[in-house]
Amino acid sequence: MAKKISILIVDDEESVRDSLYNWFIEDGYYVECAENAKKALTILQSDNFDIVLADIKMPGMDGLEMLKRIKSLKSDSIVIIMTAFATVDTAVQALKDGAFDYVTKPFDPDDLSHLIRNASKQISLIEENEILKDKVISLENVEDMVGNSEAMQEVFRQIESVAQSTASVIITGESGTGKELVAKAIHANSPRKFFPMVSVHCGALTESLLESELFGHEKGAFTGAVYNRKGRFEMADSGTIFLDEIATISPKMQVELLRVLETKSFVRVGGNKEISSDFRVLCATNRDLKGMVEKGLFREDLFYRLNVVNINIPPLRERVEDIPLLIEYFIKKYCSSMNRPIVSVEPAALQRMETYAYPGNIRELENMIERAIVVGNGKKIMLRDLPLMKERNQPTFESLDDLGKKHILQILNKYSWNITVSAKALKLDRVTLYNKIKKYGLTPPK
Amino acid sequence: MKLERIKLISFGYFEKGLLDKVVKDVEYEFQLPVKTKEGHLDLSLFYDPARRQYDGFRLLKEIDSSFAKETNKTLGLFNVDLYIPILTYIFGQAYLNGRAGIASIYRLRNERYGIFKDEMILVDRFRKEVIHELGHTFGLVHCYDPDCVMRSSTYVEDIDQKDHKFCRQCREKIS
Repeated sequence: MAKKISILIVDDEESVRDSLYNWFIEDGYYVECAENAKKALTILQSDNFDIVLADIKMPGMDGLEMLKRIKSLKSDSIVIIMTAFATVDTAVQALKDGAFDYVTKPFDPDDLSHLIRNASKQISLIEENEILKDKVISLENVEDMVGNSEAMQEVFRQIESVAQSTASVIITGESGTGKELVAKAIHANSPRKFFPMVSVHCGALTESLLESELFGHEKGAFTGAVYNRKGRFEMADSGTIFLDEIATISPKMQVELLRVLETKSFVRVGGNKEISSDFRVLCATNRDLKGMVEKGLFREDLFYRLNVVNINIPPLRERVEDIPLLIEYFIKKYCSSMNRPIVSVEPAALQRMETYAYPGNIRELENMIERAIVVGNGKKIMLRDLPLMKERNQPTFESLDDLGKKHILQILNKYSWNITVSAKALKLDRVTLYNKIKKYGLTPPK
Repeated sequence: MKLERIKLISFGYFEKGLLDKVVKDVEYEFQLPVKTKEGHLDLSLFYDPARRQYDGFRLLKEIDSSFAKETNKTLGLFNVDLYIPILTYIFGQAYLNGRAGIASIYRLRNERYGIFKDEMILVDRFRKEVIHELGHTFGLVHCYDPDCVMRSSTYVEDIDQKDHKFCRQCREKIS
């Protein structure tokens, strides 16, 4: 049911107040009256009214002054000014000061109904706009970023602190760690959130295509340019541009990009008009950009221009404690999108998922859960629903001796502990192999 | 307090038999006895020479204070052009959930708009206006049902488009 519109009538004439009150009450509105501007402002400080219908000529503070005060209260009320003595100047002044409309007394009943209906529509639009904005915020929120680990909490803290500024940010991390999500979260929490976030996957485009994509082109600039096209920098005006895989751009593009970042203006391909755009730059890469600078593969000046803030997202194997939380999150996400009841996870499957190395990071885990839900029995994710997975290897913790021991044992087992054949395969003499078996305390399987 | 009747008090000249035709529909819609009587008021006291109209709001106050009773719903019927300070004209007005209202036949006549006189249309418009204003005294606000008599009407054409009966929701509210 539609909300009851509230109207505050401000007029020094009692007969006007009473007749309007009666008229609006019959229409089902909530109505209150004030005999002067001062009283009206007092009422508005404690209560919010959708519409304020105010006379322009009142003793003390007049309607126009009251209008200014209402606007300074940051009230959402729509103000309609009434007067018996209409002049163009006052009407223009009222509208300039933020009045919704200006009417001359007396008016036709139909005009009054139209006026209030239009104002009500405006109120509905404002409310609808607020609701939609909230929805957009919740959609673009960091909701998709899950993690209780200290490493992820640090990432969230960095996002929060950097979002409000206009500083350029480089987001680093392995493939599949969620770099684009971090960029979205920064944009969604920034003052630019109501303007577009434009993403460009630099690695997917050739140099000439990337140039046209970023700066736009004029009709006839090259074969196939049959119309004028806005570039991504132009589209991101007042918003954010996200340059993914920034490390892949060519040296020529690096120069052009540096110039755009410094001047915030550019020329479309084939054009001659300078176009300005107010954008914020976020970039992402899975490469060691600093190392590339040292090797001369990436311009140092561009690196420092982009790398005002660096957010590094840890790989999933370094935040194992987040895996159960992520599993739960993806199960909910895919079960609801496939309209299925929420499934549980068999302990063996959970253990396997927790010990896996995830070279593809969260993207791999997400795909794994989606697949398991699709192929599973609809009640529980079983071990057999998971693709063949290697357990998390821990090469950094193994010594050369340990590796040698493992390898020798593997070869011995392969050749059923035939010492001659095994020594040949290992390119050792038999005595050395015997010595190693003794040293490592290896025994044949029972 | 139990309602006893609806009182329609006419001030000024009304065509013979017109009120009788209205009374029948009013009785049916409100399921209450309706009594008509002639009233006397010095209308010049309510006349605004600048606007050449009669102040509807003051007339409503007068009907409420001098003619209405708690046990009745009283409607003053006029044959003059009514206004309220803020509007150029009104067909009628009533206190929401109150005991009094007013209605005028003046702007319901075809002749006012340069069209031939039509008695049937006039009766139809007037009964709708009377039932509408009485509906307000029973606490009904304007209704969005296009056929309901409680739909807001700012032109005679609007009155012609609606029915003289309440919609189901409005009927439920007054019963």
